[in-house]
Amino acid sequence: MSNAVSTLNGASFEGYVRVEEQGLVGMITLRGDLTSKALAKAVKSATGAAMPGQGEIASGDKGRVGWMSPDELLLIVDHAAANDMVAALTKALAGEHALAVNVSDARTVFRIIGAAAREVVAKVSPADVNALSPGQLRRTRIAQIPAAFHMIDEETAELVCFRSVGKYAFDLLKDAALPGGEVYL
Amino acid sequence: MSTRLASGGRLIDRSKVKNFTFNGKKMQGYEGDTLAAALLGTGQTLVGRSFKYHRPRGILASGAEEPNALVNMGTGGRFEPNQRVTTTELFDGLTATSQNHWPSLEFDVGVVNNYVSRFLPAGFYYKTFMFPRAGWKHVFEPIVRQSAGLGQVPTEGDVDRYEHFYHHTDVLIVGGGVAGLAAAMAAGQSGKSVLLMEQTAHWGGRAPVDGGTIDGKNCGTWVDETVAALEAMDNVTLRIRTMGSGVYDHGYALGYERVADHTPGDGRPRHRLWRIRAQQIVTATGAIERTLSFAGNDIPGVMLASAVRDYVVNWGVSVGDRTVVVTNNDDAYRTALALKGAGLDVPVILDARPEATGPLAEAARAAGIRVEAGKAIAKVHGGKKVTGVSICAQVGEGAALEEIKCDAVAMSGGWSPVVHLWSHCGGKLIWDEAHAHFRPDPDRAPTSHDGKGFVITAGAASGAMSLADVLTDGDAAGKSAVTAVGGEASKAVAPKSDAEETQPMAAVWIMPQGAGPKKRMKMWLDFQNDVKVSDVQLAAREGYESVEHTKRYTTLGMATDQGKLSNINGLAVLSDALNQEIPTTGTTTFRPPYTPISLGAIAGEARAEIFQPIRRTPMHEWHEEQGAYMEPVGHWRRPYTYPRKGESHAEAVNREVLNTRERLGLLDASTLGKLIVKGADAGKFLDMMYTNMMSNLAVGKCRYGLMCSENGFLSDDGVVARIDEDTWLCHTTSGGADRIHGHMEEWLQCEWWDWNVYVANVTEQLAQVAVVGPNARKLLEKLGGMDVSKETLPFMQWKDGTLGGFEARVYRISFSGELSYEIAVPASQGRAFWDKLHEAGEEFGAMAYGTEALHIMRAEKGFIMIGDETDGTVIPQDLGLNWAISKKKEDFIGKRAHTRTHMADPERWKLVGLETLDGSVLPDGAYAQGDGENANGQKVVIGRVTSTYYSPTLKKGIAMGLVLHGPDRMGEVISFPTVDGTNTVIKARICDPVFYDKDGEKQNV
Amino acid sequence: MLILECPYCGVMADETDLHGDGEAHLKRFGPGSSDDDFEGYLFMRKNPKGVHFERWRHASGCGKFFHAARNTMTLEVYGTYLAQTLEPPKAIIDAVKAKHPEWEGYK
Repeated sequence: MSNAVSTLNGASFEGYVRVEEQGLVGMITLRGDLTSKALAKAVKSATGAAMPGQGEIASGDKGRVGWMSPDELLLIVDHAAANDMVAALTKALAGEHALAVNVSDARTVFRIIGAAAREVVAKVSPADVNALSPGQLRRTRIAQIPAAFHMIDEETAELVCFRSVGKYAFDLLKDAALPGGEVYL
Repeated sequence: MSTRLASGGRLIDRSKVKNFTFNGKKMQGYEGDTLAAALLGTGQTLVGRSFKYHRPRGILASGAEEPNALVNMGTGGRFEPNQRVTTTELFDGLTATSQNHWPSLEFDVGVVNNYVSRFLPAGFYYKTFMFPRAGWKHVFEPIVRQSAGLGQVPTEGDVDRYEHFYHHTDVLIVGGGVAGLAAAMAAGQSGKSVLLMEQTAHWGGRAPVDGGTIDGKNCGTWVDETVAALEAMDNVTLRIRTMGSGVYDHGYALGYERVADHTPGDGRPRHRLWRIRAQQIVTATGAIERTLSFAGNDIPGVMLASAVRDYVVNWGVSVGDRTVVVTNNDDAYRTALALKGAGLDVPVILDARPEATGPLAEAARAAGIRVEAGKAIAKVHGGKKVTGVSICAQVGEGAALEEIKCDAVAMSGGWSPVVHLWSHCGGKLIWDEAHAHFRPDPDRAPTSHDGKGFVITAGAASGAMSLADVLTDGDAAGKSAVTAVGGEASKAVAPKSDAEETQPMAAVWIMPQGAGPKKRMKMWLDFQNDVKVSDVQLAAREGYESVEHTKRYTTLGMATDQGKLSNINGLAVLSDALNQEIPTTGTTTFRPPYTPISLGAIAGEARAEIFQPIRRTPMHEWHEEQGAYMEPVGHWRRPYTYPRKGESHAEAVNREVLNTRERLGLLDASTLGKLIVKGADAGKFLDMMYTNMMSNLAVGKCRYGLMCSENGFLSDDGVVARIDEDTWLCHTTSGGADRIHGHMEEWLQCEWWDWNVYVANVTEQLAQVAVVGPNARKLLEKLGGMDVSKETLPFMQWKDGTLGGFEARVYRISFSGELSYEIAVPASQGRAFWDKLHEAGEEFGAMAYGTEALHIMRAEKGFIMIGDETDGTVIPQDLGLNWAISKKKEDFIGKRAHTRTHMADPERWKLVGLETLDGSVLPDGAYAQGDGENANGQKVVIGRVTSTYYSPTLKKGIAMGLVLHGPDRMGEVISFPTVDGTNTVIKARICDPVFYDKDGEKQNV
Repeated sequence: MLILECPYCGVMADETDLHGDGEAHLKRFGPGSSDDDFEGYLFMRKNPKGVHFERWRHASGCGKFFHAARNTMTLEVYGTYLAQTLEPPKAIIDAVKAKHPEWEGYK
């Protein structure tokens, strides 16, 4: 719908890295048996992506799929496509124990862009950010809230948190990215 | 008098003058100075007063172990007390003032304590302030408050910023002296990741001051080359101004980086706390020189011999023109030689050992210095500064043999390894007889998650006391760390230094050996807290045998330096007094941080806006724009009320209640928890979760449900809707969603893992608005898109559809007793939907209402509120909710507990309504008083108020409460004594808790 | 600050990512159970100085509950394992016994 807005309406901040909210992003929580062929097929048909392994995030032509737990995936897709995709997944998986639910609006998505992207995330997260290669997804916390992030490339981190704390996360990342805070010069 | 020498100082740049003030006096130093060096360079030897006796205090050391020279630093938003001048880098515009004196540093009234010091012995506080009891409040505390304490408390908020930084490394090396550097080289060459931290601004530690050669180069050159080599390694991170503050479980360590202490206001964070996870930690933390205990060892001008050497070599500062050196070991000879080399006078070296032989003693003699073996200081002369010493034989009782004029004394009592970081997480120590110190026992290292040791010491921190040994040990530590993290240690040979011949030190703790009481009362152990040899001996005589007790009784080692200098000497004196070996006495416990770290660094970014996460609904900004008064509900902020201009909160709340009851109210209910529960076994599962039956709820219908803990206590409530054959949507309380989600997952994962149920938390996916009041349906009909008539959407049913173009799920549920719809739309459209409701609802009198109006309306209807009527000890039966407890179900969480004797006790307080006889509002939480007293002589209580409000609808106070036999006492009047000091009693009549529209006619239209 | 490996997602998780949930392997007693059994289930907890079995949740990670066998004294971790079990797996028991031959078992 045209009146839909993301948590921060695409706000951005130029620090020693750039922090930007990604606007509306479609997201689907899919719970089910990740070893099931029907599920893999449904995911493939929805996103074009293959089933990610433990701790991974896979890409396809219509979206990306992150491994969230042994029985949970996160599908990252077009915001406008999410509802239909949930319906399609639900239909395709009607014969097995599975749950697909649209959580697009329950999340806020950021990108942290710059040579020091990892460094800025490392100021707020106990996870070993340097050990995270593109294609790996880490669920952990940033400061006082849960978050998940992955490296899109060596200089771009994508971070997902809950919508209600989107402003907190943005303020937190802005603080971490303030010029003068460079850890390595 | 101390002064700046015409030349010398390896760390300073004389071309860069730095201006600063001390007690308002303008002074100058050079770039590279510490504040201590700059103060001494200008002749300022008196820098503070001691804690208890207000004795004059000068700089004693040159590093983190300094006990005396603490100052107030900065002004305004950068004011901070108790800053150590020896670890403060000088910068232009630095302002410092001395502490703990009144009216001035030079003339301090508190010094009167010094003259009555014989009446202020160890345990003085414990003994004196016991009786009379009233004395504490009126006499002792005011005096102690006036005279005790060190720095002042800042009066302004801190203007600086702070941050944390998480770092993962294979090997962490703490200490950038030659041992740490050697360890870093050895570890770095393996390719494993290495973080090397040094607390000062310079690499190399003591070695460049002490001299000697490494691999044929002088120490300074070797340090520079090694640092350059390490900087070239990608796997090695080097960090100066970063102190290893503490070592914790499983390889966790804290590094305290003082990023901008020396460049205040440059926009950088002031401190950065490194939260490090290391597989192996090498502590190359060096050693600290010990003081010697002789009468008058606290007079300004008496310093550690190594510090005297540091000031000359590092900063070109002499602490005196004539310095007497007194020692029990060889190292202090280096100080004498350094002073002599700088053209200063060393009238005598007093060596407590019976003989002074070996290369260093010979070198001193060759330099023309008088060396006296078997001699000691009988007494230091002087008040605010040293004027001379009397010398005596170490073995005697201290008869003065000779008085020697001098203006400084350099003392050395031997060296103690810095074992703090080793010990923080349980590393054990052994007593090294030869060096008279405790050193780490490598066989008993602190252990990590794999049961293996994760801390290795290097260099002087291991007890290595010569340059050659320090290098070998540092190299070995680096290689051991690499092997321990699964790497291949480099084959490179350790850096080498020529072995020097030294003579054994002698364990001399007090001088002279037979000093009498008068002398012992002037021998300081803890300089900051004024603990003397006589105090420790007194404690021993009074039965304090445990070192931990003695510490607390005498306050030895309890000052801000945490006994870095006093610890071993105190132990030695205590052991002697108890007539036992030092290892039998043991040490006190080493706890982090190594030196005090700022509260700002600990807080990191968590202050102001990001002090804690504030959860915001999609309509949050609207509430703020309206000037809503917000209240915390968990981490959410919800509008309590929306006061208009000139309105009090109470007036605003009353307006909101009446408008909702008479016209139309809109509530942002987005904070309500929403959990999707789906699966073939979902109905069975929900029957276990809720006290009532959920499996038989028809698709399209809603049911109010209660959840209990396994203890039987009411834990949450909410409306459950059946979405389809195997899907339910469970509403939880605001702020309860994560907790209840976790509760459900725990049962599913840990108890019924074979049940086919999935739960997903969709709380934040949906914005939810309660449209409440007689005009509610009119508004929805105006929006259009779906049939919301009584027939199509009766009470306690739900429907999906569109409203005004918004995809919506509409629930006919009510928490107010009015005609009410709760409408969920995607959160991204929440604000637009909310705006639309206001716009379209204007003609129907739509008005937002807040949580207080919500609470009043639910209380008028007698609806319970989790957290008001419940407090974790209340069961549903207490609240008259038996109708919501299934009798058909064999089991549910809490069912077994409800049959425990105490739960089934008819004496449990039960929920009733309460109305005051005079219409006033009962105080929240007030207790009802019954007849008689209990076994403790207290008045019997028979109930308490759980919710109480002024009802604008009924125009009187209404309340709910839990009362003994309450439901059986309808109409009875009970008494609630007030506790506001008026001694009044409020009378209230027990009534039905439903005050308004008992038959539900308003909500069922 | 412990680190425990989450057996579900393989992450070596920092204690701040985890939530401790008390003793593992409690047997639930419901309606019909004796007062003693129910009391034991609700309230009686081990508090050993040494080997202990605990339930943890990878709270800000995958959200899964798991079990950890660890030493409350030395903080050594003998292993972590899935929550879907009534008793510690043999591999965990063996790991404990290898370190503590005198250990009498988890019950």
